Amino acid sequence: MPSSPRPSPDEITPEETFNDRRLFMKSAIWAGSGLATAGLYRKFSPRPEVKNNGTAITSITDSAYASALAANDKPNTFSEIAGYNNYYEFSTDKSEVAFRAKNFVTNPWTIEVEGLVQKPRTFDLSDLMKFESFERIYRFRCVEGWSMVIPWVGFPLSKLLNSVEPMSKATHVAFTTYFDIKQMPDSDSAGISLPYVEGLRLDEAMHPLTLLATGLYGKTLPNQNGAPVRLVVPWKYGFKSIKSVVKITLTDREPPTTWNLANPGEYGFYSNVNPTVDHPRWSQSRERRIGEGGTRETLMFNGYADQVASLYAGMDLRKNF
Amino acid sequence: MDFNSDTRFHRQLILFNGLLPALLMLLDAWRGRLGANPVEFVTRTTGVLTLVFLVLTLLVTPLRKIFGLNWLLKQRRLLGLYAFFYGFAHLITYIAGDRDWQILTIASDIYKRPFIAVGMASFLLMVPLAVTSTNAMIKKLGGKRWNQLHRLTYVIIIGGVVHYYMIVKSDITYPVAFAIVAAVLLGYRIVASMKKPPNRAVVASK
Repeated sequence: MPSSPRPSPDEITPEETFNDRRLFMKSAIWAGSGLATAGLYRKFSPRPEVKNNGTAITSITDSAYASALAANDKPNTFSEIAGYNNYYEFSTDKSEVAFRAKNFVTNPWTIEVEGLVQKPRTFDLSDLMKFESFERIYRFRCVEGWSMVIPWVGFPLSKLLNSVEPMSKATHVAFTTYFDIKQMPDSDSAGISLPYVEGLRLDEAMHPLTLLATGLYGKTLPNQNGAPVRLVVPWKYGFKSIKSVVKITLTDREPPTTWNLANPGEYGFYSNVNPTVDHPRWSQSRERRIGEGGTRETLMFNGYADQVASLYAGMDLRKNF
Repeated sequence: MDFNSDTRFHRQLILFNGLLPALLMLLDAWRGRLGANPVEFVTRTTGVLTLVFLVLTLLVTPLRKIFGLNWLLKQRRLLGLYAFFYGFAHLITYIAGDRDWQILTIASDIYKRPFIAVGMASFLLMVPLAVTSTNAMIKKLGGKRWNQLHRLTYVIIIGGVVHYYMIVKSDITYPVAFAIVAAVLLGYRIVASMKKPPNRAVVASK
């Protein structure tokens, strides 16, 4: 060290103060780094319980459909159903959707029904509420390999379609989800083209199991589950059950569908639940029932084979996956 | 003792912060707050933490060279061991949650699902690095050979990022972010090695 002037004794920091400062600095680093690490973890960890804030809907319990469930098919809790959602317009993180969709405006709302129909018509929410509501407890199987049991409230899609009188040349039904980048700012990174579109063959759409759902657990649908009205097709993978429907078009050809457009080798138009046809990147033979520890066998047509297998008689389900 | 030479403090700090996510996960498991699909959450989180610690390990050299943070070198093996620790937790979560402990089904799963094969290979490559992370092993191998062996980290992080990219359905934001970070860290090394004068033995690098 060159000749810097020696500090006078009273300039030297007393050892005690020096140690105090060091202790303080160290504690601050401990606390700061710990808080940062914990905060980062918290940012990505699931949020607490989701509450049911819907309005009650009066519905008739369809006992025939409730008894179609197996003894080990217990409905999932509201918090499971409303806290774990695939709704890519809001977030690709399933436990985050409920919070990002909180301020989604679902009233007023209209569904435009058009295309090959005798009486094209726009339905608003009060028109939809005029259809007699039923509670239907369905199994729900996601293409990702998890499943739930969900007590929907809604009415058969056939009732709405019959009311607009499909023309005889109509063979398919196309559906479109609401899309507004201002309300769905995180949809940019979804990696799928939007608005979300889906489709069914007309006979699938007219099947008594196919539901337009307006509620869940006896109350109006939470935003994250597809409020105010969504499709439910229980024998197909969940992504076929399009959410927050704004348009229904009857057509004479197979309509484009979002996941098929995104990856045609992985997601077919039919996408019937089928344990014998694997997704290219994972097996579909088993599923994880949300709320259960292990995995269980996936059933053909999600357990609805008795009701729907005849729709696909003679078809090669490997080719038409 | 100033901050830069307080090795014990650095060690404790990294031990604590590295363990914290695991502790919080255990706490969340205990109070039932791992969400609707705990297996999926724990799988994703341990996987991402593995990548995070691999990135931190590879950050040490550039931070030393550019900012002179030489104290980090002594903590690098601990960072690497945390990558191994979370990689192991990731593997166990897969075996327990995805395979239901049916160990024999893993072989067919590796064959059927390429992303599992890539992940498994990357994990297996971490094993020799974890095993040789002790002082005694460095002595035994010699610094030069040890450094060469531990360059496997470059392969491991590429494997890890590819594995992540392959499983994502459509939102590639996070895998791509990791890919960019890994590319910068590996690119830095390529550039640095090109700038190095030829015929000089690589002794003190890394």
